Amino acid sequence: MIAASARSQRPAGAKLLVLSASGALVHVARDALPQFAQRGDVVVANDAATLPASLMGVHQASGAAIEVRLAGWLPDRVGDLAQCLAVVFGSGDYRTRTEDRALPPALSPGDRLQLGPLRATVVELRAPPRLVVLTLEGERDALWAALAQHGRPVQYAHVREPLALWDVWTPIAGPPIAFEPPSAGFAIDWRTVAALRRRGVAWATLTHAAGLSATGDADLDARLPLPEPYVIAARTVRAISRARATGGRVIAIGTTVVRALEHAAASGALRAGRGVADQKIGAATTLRIVDALLTGTHEAGGSHYELLRAFADEERLRAMSEALEAHDYRTHEFGDSVLIERPRASRGAMRVPVRREATQQEYSR
Amino acid sequence: MDRNQASGTLRGARVLITGGTSGLGLALVRELRAHGARIAFVARAAGRVHEVAQRTGAHGIVGDVARKSDIHRIALQATALLGGIDILVNNASTLGPVPLRPLSDTECEDFEAALAANLLGPFRLTKALLGSLVGAAEEGRGGVVLNIGSDAGIAAYAGWGAYGASKAALLHMSRIWDEELAGHRVRVRCVDPGDMDTPMHALALPDADRAALARPDDVAQALRALLESELAQSRNGAALADAS
Repeated sequence: MIAASARSQRPAGAKLLVLSASGALVHVARDALPQFAQRGDVVVANDAATLPASLMGVHQASGAAIEVRLAGWLPDRVGDLAQCLAVVFGSGDYRTRTEDRALPPALSPGDRLQLGPLRATVVELRAPPRLVVLTLEGERDALWAALAQHGRPVQYAHVREPLALWDVWTPIAGPPIAFEPPSAGFAIDWRTVAALRRRGVAWATLTHAAGLSATGDADLDARLPLPEPYVIAARTVRAISRARATGGRVIAIGTTVVRALEHAAASGALRAGRGVADQKIGAATTLRIVDALLTGTHEAGGSHYELLRAFADEERLRAMSEALEAHDYRTHEFGDSVLIERPRASRGAMRVPVRREATQQEYSR
Repeated sequence: MDRNQASGTLRGARVLITGGTSGLGLALVRELRAHGARIAFVARAAGRVHEVAQRTGAHGIVGDVARKSDIHRIALQATALLGGIDILVNNASTLGPVPLRPLSDTECEDFEAALAANLLGPFRLTKALLGSLVGAAEEGRGGVVLNIGSDAGIAAYAGWGAYGASKAALLHMSRIWDEELAGHRVRVRCVDPGDMDTPMHALALPDADRAALARPDDVAQALRALLESELAQSRNGAALADAS
């Protein structure tokens, strides 16, 4: 695969690889996505807007340059900038690969950080040397103003140009609580939503605070994603229930949607409201709600790829990876997409088992 | 509509008003606050923003809607501080070059500046907030965009070229947004508030008889009633859709 290096959410020629429940692989233009949803299905996307979570500054005790990346909300403090989780890097910026970034100076509780106009204090070391709990000083309005002014979107070395907020807000972005974009949502625009509805496909959203995807620390990265708060509206639960009751599929736009829905259904019926998704999803996971997933293309090894194993076995994923490689799909958040449908055998008994397999020619029309 | 009933419609509504520190914008901040709305407003001058925020209890955001780089920063602060947006009022506006002059004497840069503030600003802010507005409408809270137009956008007044052209485009853009967003039950209106006794009016027509002009507070009351009606219609649309 090729790293997508342009910051375009909807590049001309974006591709979609569909891995159907039967194991068939179909290559189409990403714009063709609505054709893969059918009357009675429901498509669920994450409408979180992304914070400018990267803050350059100085560790006051040592005078060392640092970069702080806000990384997660504390339980019961969702959206509260006054205290949150952060990952701290030493000097340098996103143009250095995350795993090559300098460590921050040794941090201790009580250390003061000056982050542009923001004054922060380290209150707890969660996973030294990088993961800390920070407090940010100031009134709520002033904190948001300072973040808006000084913060930049978190980004990685494969995109060289600095990102602006509009690069990382999906077209449907609403509540600003994600630390990185729920990037599968870049595949959806308002025309897609209209096309889905014309096909009799329900459209629904939830809000999930997507966290950092990499910290440069192998041990910490192995713990990702960190627990992520979410909220699911009652109308979204109703739309999903209606789809399931009539044999429709639940199609998740992005791994965050899978995490939220599966967490909210962990104890049986899908429930509306707030929660914190803290489960790992992988080969051993039995998916209760989600039937298909639209996501970026992911290389084997990361937590995103692990999650795909809940949808497809090793053999099917290997075939998918080979197809992505052979057809020069672009990876990372501004790259191409895959749509993976899990095999019907693992679906709940309420499913209508028969659906005609479309051919590539039909999809390509 | 009964006044008490009207008050109820806006209670708790989350409203963002641009150009909120003077003229009609300030009057709207006060009027909607008095009817229980939760308000954030935008203006360029930090000192004035803080003063009005303190005086009205609304959230003040420093920003310039004519600047592309300010738009998402404004949207970020407004959605974070209010927890979403039900009503966006694109009120901030620039006259273009003053004293007013014919198009033949209007610098291209001044024309562009008028379009940036009066047309592109509302376009960009609506787009940046669309996820929030659609979310609010589908939740049943209602979703409304009110763009402040002008009769200079309908009639051709000599000397009002940059302003008039930008307001004509704003009116037409509003109609198109409204068509496109009807399926999401977000309503977009563009309203001519008439001649008011505001700093902008004084800039445009310094010799006007101020006694003959409408007071911004009176216009704000009329616009509040319009917003109540639009919000109610957006909510009714959502309720019907959910029942189907």
